[in-house]
Formats: sequence, C-alpha cells, structure tokens
Amino acid sequence: MEKENSLLDQARRAFFGKVAAAAAVTVAPGMVLYQVAQAKPAAEKVTDKVRWGMLINTTKCADGCDACVTACETEYGWGPESEPLSAPNQRAQWIRKVKLTDKATGYAQTLPLMCQHCEIPPCVDVCPTGASMKRVDGIVLVDKHICIGCRYCMMACPYKARSFVHENLTDQNVNAPRGKGTVESCTMCVQRVDNDGIPACVEACNAENHNAMFFGDLNDPQSEISIELAKNGGEQIRGDLGLNTGVRYQGI
Amino acid sequence: MSLRQFSQKLVLVAAGLLLALPMYAGEVPSPVVPKAKAKANEEFGCVEPVTEMRKNHMKFILHQRDDTMYKGIRTSKYALAECINCHVSPEQNGTYASYDEEEHFCNACHTYAAVNIDCFGCHRDTPEEASLGQASTDKSDPYHKDFAFNKNSSVPKKNVDALSSGGAE
Amino acid sequence: MKKITFSVIEGRSGGYLALLGILGAFILGALGATYYMEHNGHHVTGMNNQIVWGTPHVFAVFLIVAASGALNVASISSVFNKTAYKPLARLSGLLSLALLTGGLLVLVLDLGRPDRLIVAMTYYNFKSIFAWNIILYNGFFVIVGVYLWMMMERRMNKYTHAAGVTAFVWRLVLTTGTGSIFGFLVARQAYDAALMAPMFIVMSFSYGLAIFLLVTMAAYKWTDRPFGDALFSRLKNLLGVFVAGVLYFVMVFHLTNLYATEHHGVEAFLLRDGAIYTQLFWIGQVLLGSLLPLLLFYHPTWGKSRTLVGLGALLVVIGGLIQMYVIIIGGQAYPLEMFPGKEVSSSFSDGVINSYAPSLPEVVLGMGGIAIALIIVVLAVKVLGFLPNSLADEDVDPHHKAS
Repeated sequence: MEKENSLLDQARRAFFGKVAAAAAVTVAPGMVLYQVAQAKPAAEKVTDKVRWGMLINTTKCADGCDACVTACETEYGWGPESEPLSAPNQRAQWIRKVKLTDKATGYAQTLPLMCQHCEIPPCVDVCPTGASMKRVDGIVLVDKHICIGCRYCMMACPYKARSFVHENLTDQNVNAPRGKGTVESCTMCVQRVDNDGIPACVEACNAENHNAMFFGDLNDPQSEISIELAKNGGEQIRGDLGLNTGVRYQGI
Repeated sequence: MSLRQFSQKLVLVAAGLLLALPMYAGEVPSPVVPKAKAKANEEFGCVEPVTEMRKNHMKFILHQRDDTMYKGIRTSKYALAECINCHVSPEQNGTYASYDEEEHFCNACHTYAAVNIDCFGCHRDTPEEASLGQASTDKSDPYHKDFAFNKNSSVPKKNVDALSSGGAE
Repeated sequence: MKKITFSVIEGRSGGYLALLGILGAFILGALGATYYMEHNGHHVTGMNNQIVWGTPHVFAVFLIVAASGALNVASISSVFNKTAYKPLARLSGLLSLALLTGGLLVLVLDLGRPDRLIVAMTYYNFKSIFAWNIILYNGFFVIVGVYLWMMMERRMNKYTHAAGVTAFVWRLVLTTGTGSIFGFLVARQAYDAALMAPMFIVMSFSYGLAIFLLVTMAAYKWTDRPFGDALFSRLKNLLGVFVAGVLYFVMVFHLTNLYATEHHGVEAFLLRDGAIYTQLFWIGQVLLGSLLPLLLFYHPTWGKSRTLVGLGALLVVIGGLIQMYVIIIGGQAYPLEMFPGKEVSSSFSDGVINSYAPSLPEVVLGMGGIAIALIIVVLAVKVLGFLPNSLADEDVDPHHKAS
C-alpha cells in the first residue's frame, strides 16, 4: 500500500516537475515556479528512485562572480563573521570559487567547487561512527549528532570539500545547525530540496543570469539536467577515482 | 560492633538529620519556567499532554531528529525549531535569553535537574526573527498554526504578551 | 641458568618521587592544554581546514605504533621460545599497554568532541578502518592483559605460549590497521599505498624496542639491578636490524613513487623542495634517526658503551617522532591534486603548500601522552613484580659460560 502510494506520488511529482520546468523556460528563469509545483508531503520519506545532482557549465561561470558562494553563506550563516576568532585557513567554506589556468596553454577558467555528492563517498567509507552518511537520494551529509570530530573524512575527501568548526558558534541559522568540534560541508540545500526547491547557489547563479548551474534528478531521463548531460556530457573531477560524483562539470 | 562504635554512629546519624532539617523547613525550590507563546493545541496545550511532554520530550525530539536527518521527514510537530519558537519567548525588552542564561526555557529545568544537553552547541537556541528558509514544510500541521516557525515574524507583540500571561505551558 | 625471580621496586627514594613529580607535572600540563583547546575550540591550535591532523596525531600515532612494537621482547620469548628474553617479557607487555594508553588518550583528547567518546564506542561503521582500529585497540588491552596474567600467575603459565601467539598475531593486525589509516586514503598523493601497513609494522618494531631498551636501562640503573652485557648487546643488535628495516621500507616507498610520473610532485616536495619537511626528512629522520644510531650500535667500540647505545636508542625515538611528523603533516601540506596540468588558486588554499605551525598546547598534550605511558610503568613496577631481580648474563643467558 505504502509502495503504491509512493509510486503514484512519483508520477504526480514528475508531472508537476515537467510543468514547472516548461513554465520556467517560457515564463521566467528561477526557482519560484518549482516551489508552486506540488511539494513532497513533509511526512514522506525520501526515496532512492531519485538521485539529486548538479551540472556546472564552466564556460558560463564568470570570473569574478561569486554569487553562488555568497548565496550559500547567507543561507547557512558561515563566513568570516560567524567565526571571528579563527584564522582564515581555519574558517569553514562550504563552497568556493576555484580559478584554473592551464600550465601549457594559459587557458583560464573558474568554477564553483563544493561537496561532489559521490555515489561511493570516501568520507562515508572512512567515518568511524557513521556520522558521515549518504541519504538514499544521493545527498551526502554529516550527522553532527554522532560526529566525534576526528577529521578522518577531511583526510579522505578528494575535493577538500569539508570544514571543521574551530570555535564556539551562536545564533546559527535555523536551517544550518553547526557547531564547534564537528565537521560540515555542502548539504545540496537538503531542506530546500525536501521542499521541492533548488539549491541556493543554483538559484543565485540563475538570478545573475549566468545560468551556469543545473540542479535535478539524475535518475530521471526527462529531467533538464539529464537531457543536458545526454546532449553535451559532463565530466567528474578526479573521475579516475571512480566515485561517480553527483556534481558534474562541462568545459574542464 | 561494640556499643561504643554503635553509639558513635548514632550520634553521627542524628547530627546529619539535624543538619538536613532546614532544607525541609521551607518550600522545596522549583524551577521558574517561562510561559510559552501559545497553545499549540487547545486540547493538550503542547503537542502532547503536558505531563507526557515533561517526561518524554527528549524521546520525541530524538526520534524526529533521526527521521529528519536520514529520511528527510520534515514534519513540524516534534521539530526542535518549533519548541524553541514557541517556548523561548521574548523578555520585557524584546530580546531572547540564550541557553546559558537561566531564563531560557530549556535551561530553567535542565539546570535544576542537573541534566546536561547537547543541542545548542549546534542548534539555534532562540527563535529566528527573519525567517530565511523553511524549517517546517508541513502544510497540514494541525499544531503551532499561526505561530509556526515560518510565520514567526507575523505574530504581534501584544498577542504574545497576552498569551504569556495566560495558561499556556 | 638460575631461576628468574621478580620483585617490586622499593619506590621510596627521592629520585623515584621526583620522577613521579616530573611525569605528573607533564600530565597536569596536558590536561590543562586539553581544557584550553576544548573550551576555546581548535582555533587556538595550529590545525586548520587543510592540515587537519596536527602535532597531537604525531605523538598519538607514534605511541600507538610503538605500543605494538614494545611487545617485541615478549613475543620473541613466548612465540619464538628464546629463553634469554623471557625475564623481560612481563615488562614488555606492561610497556605496550602503557604506550597504547598514552597514545589513545592523546588521540581522544584531540577530537573535536572528546565528550562523545561513548559514541565512538557504540556506533560502528564497519567499512571504516578507523572503526576497526577502535576494536583492535580495545582487543589489544584485553589480550595483552590476559597474556600478562598467564605469565605472572604460576598456575596459568602453561597457557603463556597460546596467549603470546594470540597477542603477537593481534598486534600485527593492529599495526596493519594503523598503517592502513593512511594507506587507505586513496585521494591523497602522499598516502594511498599498500606499503604503509608493512612499513608501519617495521616502524613499530623499531620505535617499540628503542623505548623498551631505554626504559629497561633506566629501570636497572636506577634500582641498581644488574643488566648483563650479553642481553644488552642482543637487544641493541636487534634494534639495529629494525632501524635498518625501516630505512629500507622508506627507501622502497620513495623509489616506487619516484618511478611514477604522477607522484613526482609530492616526491619533489618531500625530498627536495619542502623546506622544513625536506630538512626534517633528511637530517631528522634519515641522518639523526637512522644512520647515526646504526653507527652507534655497530661501531666496534661505541657499540659497547651503554651511554652511546642509549643515545642511539633515544635518537631512534626522536627520529621516529620526526618521521611521523613528515608522514602526517608533510603529507597533508602538499596540496590535493584535483586538476592535473592546471595551476589552481582559490580562497580555500587550493594549489598552495599548506602551512602548519605546532602550537604550545598541542605539543604539551603530546608530551603528556608520553608522560602517561611512563607513569603507568613507573607505578606498576612498584605494585607488581614486573622486573627480574637480575638480568646478569649468568642469570638469564642459557648459553652463558662462566669466565
């Protein structure tokens, strides 16, 4: 019975998703229309039928623009003001802009780098307590309730995506419980996604009219992200490790 | 045990009782718990009967915690953010007590009972005035209603005052 | 060969109390440092989001590795039936437990949330080598504890061999686990090598025996008990073999990396361009920590001097700590290789050599771990008969010929 319901619900959500996507293309870019689409009932479990992912077109990512980073800082309250006592290299960064210059040709580009939400995440493998974990829909999170602050996940992450909180924090954002002595990273805006929203960074990139970031369900061949990936491809950073990352890049 | 040893012990016990007496002479001290902003539910007061909440609030919160963390279930009934939103009410000057102050709803009892909790190292201990996101996505939540976290900023101050002096627990 | 007799030390001399006082002061310092770090958060330490394991880990991993190695003498006696080592088997077991205690305390007290130790003991992710290590450490305490009991309780002596074999296998697995903490880090250029596990085992032989030799020498000198040349010389020669073994593994490790072009960056950093890490490697680890001790141990006249051999063992210990520093901190200082062929820059120290400076509380915590290990030994030898009354050649060596 429960299974039937969730299948029905899948179909319903997929339908509304398409309507929203179509509307987004014709009316205006942005996430507002996603939110008016039918939200997941709050009491419903997330499902492994979806795998959330992101596609970043680095050719559209503007040098000097850090709208995605600022949006993430605002949404979750990290940044220099939240950790005044820590040295710059001790402060958390959930997402950062990285500048690449080809040593041979001088070709320069920038891209946002954050947790890549691997299918087989090394951070989850090494975590002694299981605090580092992957939800069934592919989002990699830290359960800070059982994180002991050993930092082994930070040693294991190929992307240096995780940060350790070095000092006492107060007045955290309600959406971002974070505190001294535990490890944290990009959550792919899990509370927005659970409410059928899109991540703050993607929203900010669209608002700047750069449209360099796509968010969507990698398991759904009809999703915008899957269509774009099928058409123009997308690379994994450190694809040699075979981690099948949920975040893909074009133009690297 | 010799008689001498026994009598020594007896004296000690008597002295102990005498010393302890003044504690029972006055009233038993009890924690001063701030009133909630509202009744979440006309029937119970809180989301469960008050006696049940006093005894088992941690079980509800803990269960909700894991449901949200691992399964993405975001109902607001037992959400910690809603507890804070309703129970941590503004003081006279409009500011909120933080967890390390004894006026804080949680701290009032927890200090009294000497039970250490590990919530507020990470979680916000006061209501968030300017709601940035959606802690609660539960559109059909029969509890909390207008006082739910998302709409927190829309609660008029006089309304809060009226309720604080009322019977809400 | 006479029958070996054990006795507790008197432990009333001014020297003994002074030793307790000094070690106690180090432990108090470590507790203070821990409180300071945990109260303020790790921003008061040298660690950061690039170098996440700092000086406490250098001490902790060193002590944990050395703990396994301190069991050498007991293993040689019980597993390989070398009777000459038998008198020292008890001390060997005691020292290994003490070193493991010291190392684990440092490791735990440097956690972001040491108050959640109970979580580490109750939640296990069995794909994590770290979780396996927690089980291996706890098991080590139990197994070596039982092993000591078998050795020290006459009725149980017949099980000593079985317990010794179990402890021997367990500690090899344990150090394999410790080395694999680094060996399994697939994304890091400086780690990610199967060789880490056997290299750590040989390192444990070397560090553990060096500490054991120093502790034995001190104990016998300060209690005026005889320590014969034959046994001393056997221990010294064995230590020399282990030191050379470590050097061999280090050489193979770097040669293999040097052959693979993808590792040229990290190797150039560690061996040539890494400033402090390069100096620590060549001067600290190779010259002072390996070559000089080998010279001291095997030189025809220097090798007979207790002082110089003791100095050699001390250099092995210091060289071991330096080696850990190069492996743990030097390995993290080299930036992660994410975009081959590209120059990388960002606000999060991408593409640059990461900086780390040890802070005082971190060093004090690490020293406290050593002090805890030593104070356990110092107290235990006063309470139970760990030390044989005599290690004179005629008392311990079955092949000793009276001259």
